[in-house]
Amino acid sequence: MAKIHVKMTVNGREVEGLAEPRTLLIHFLREDLGITGPHIGCDTSHCGACTVDLDGKSVKSCTVFVGQAEGADVTTIEGIAAADGTLHPLQEAFREHHGLQCGFCTPGMITRAHRLLQENPNPSDAEIRMGISGNLCRCTGYQNIVKAIRVAADEINSAREAAE
Amino acid sequence: MIPGAFDYHRPKTVDEAVGLLSSLGDDATVVAGGHSLIPMMKLRMAVPEHLVDLQDLDDLKGISVSGTAVTLGAMVTQNELIASNALAQACPIIRETALQIADPQIRYVGTVGGNVANGDPGNDMPGLMLALDAAYELVGPDGTREVRARDFYDAAFFTARSDGEILTAIKISAPPAGHGWSYMKQKRKIGDYATAAAAVVLTMDGATCAIASIGLTNVADTALFAEAASAALTGSDLGDAAIAEAVAAAKAITNPAQDGRGPAEFRTHVCGMMVQRAVARAAERAA
Ligand SMILES: Cc1cc2nc3c(=O)[nH]c(=O)nc-3n(C[C@H](O)[C@H](O)[C@H](O)COP(=O)(O)OP(=O)(O)OC[C@H]3O[C@@H](n4cnc5c(N)ncnc54)[C@H](O)[C@@H]3O)c2cc1C
Ligand code: FES
Ligand code: FES
Repeated sequence: MAKIHVKMTVNGREVEGLAEPRTLLIHFLREDLGITGPHIGCDTSHCGACTVDLDGKSVKSCTVFVGQAEGADVTTIEGIAAADGTLHPLQEAFREHHGLQCGFCTPGMITRAHRLLQENPNPSDAEIRMGISGNLCRCTGYQNIVKAIRVAADEINSAREAAE
Repeated sequence: MIPGAFDYHRPKTVDEAVGLLSSLGDDATVVAGGHSLIPMMKLRMAVPEHLVDLQDLDDLKGISVSGTAVTLGAMVTQNELIASNALAQACPIIRETALQIADPQIRYVGTVGGNVANGDPGNDMPGLMLALDAAYELVGPDGTREVRARDFYDAAFFTARSDGEILTAIKISAPPAGHGWSYMKQKRKIGDYATAAAAVVLTMDGATCAIASIGLTNVADTALFAEAASAALTGSDLGDAAIAEAVAAAKAITNPAQDGRGPAEFRTHVCGMMVQRAVARAAERAA
């Protein structure tokens, strides 16, 4: 089966490559592009460790073929911090409030939370829990993850108000 | 898990897509959101040689609501169903059902067309479409036809759609303003298919139920339209006796598989509970 030529934007950078159509986006990111932030946890569309942002939607990149992402704008955990390396408020809050233990789920959690806060800048704890319900954490527990997202939301909102 | 190899096609128009399906024949499968198909391909339970991606078909996108006439393009995602206020006004049970499907990531890409075309009894939209008496628009090499949801589901993964056809739209005549509705789903956790679920829509005329309609999810080989259960409510006062009769009639048509969700008897029992709760909730909401 012929390989296909794919082009997309990943973390603001235009990338392209030749790939078999059956290549999953997660494999293209990790193996062809060396972007290893998104993890493969379950490989069955359940855990959310492979979550990336694709054209403004959180998706599980283990369940997207590379051709489906042709022309798309993709953001992974590597694209969340500022260009100068300053951590995003979500990353700061996860660190400060013990939102991670082993860190395996964290790239997916933060990428998902990032999209959630764009859609709902001031979520209740219940809305955060629903919003990250496609992401599983097997060791930290959700208490501190929810707290970190809550704190980051407050941080982002007050920075925005101060700027206005 | 690596799927089998295939060639990838991304047509720009419905005609082009239908043409591809005709020329490629049996070995071609369409992909919409891919969130039922790709997991099956990873397990090699589906091994298409050609994948025809529908994502560029703009004719399959968009929600139109005009009075009670609702048309959903096949490529409308579950997330778009949830986000549409016009749809929530006209036919709120669609949002309530979509919110109980899978998780946020899956709802961003999973489409309503894929959900109803898939033919998996675990999908939530078919039971809802049976309750709403929706019609599916199919386009194939011989033109366009409409099939009622109630005539669409033959057996698990077997539907009235022929291989060369694409499901382009879902047409619903929403129940009148003031109707009651409820989609009740019992599941083990978020992201699980139903142990059992029930869709209920009903319209009251004073204290009498003028018309009621019940669909069931994941309690048989296909989603079920519970005709006798619906009839038990129609014309009744929705009192305990009528509800008990509807519950018994719904349970009588179930034939669930025994799986990790429980033994068949349990799932039939849960189905009865879902019908009872959905009728009660719909009655509360009806004007
Ligand atoms: C972890 C997980 C949990 C889930 N939980 C639920 C749940 O609780 N409830 C639920 O209902 N679903 C659930 N799903 C399934 C999900 O909702 C799917 O997205 C949906 O069933 C199919 O939509 P799709 O657009 O992804 O279709 P695809 O996977 O692209 O297609 C499914 C099938 O339909 C065919 N098809 C698709 N579109 C068309 C069309 N327009 N015309 C003709 N044929 C077409 C395809 O060829 C394929 O055979 C879950 C999925 C996952 C991965
Ligand atoms: S690896 Fe993709 S959802 Fe678990
Ligand atoms: S931090 Fe270990 S799985 Fe979440």
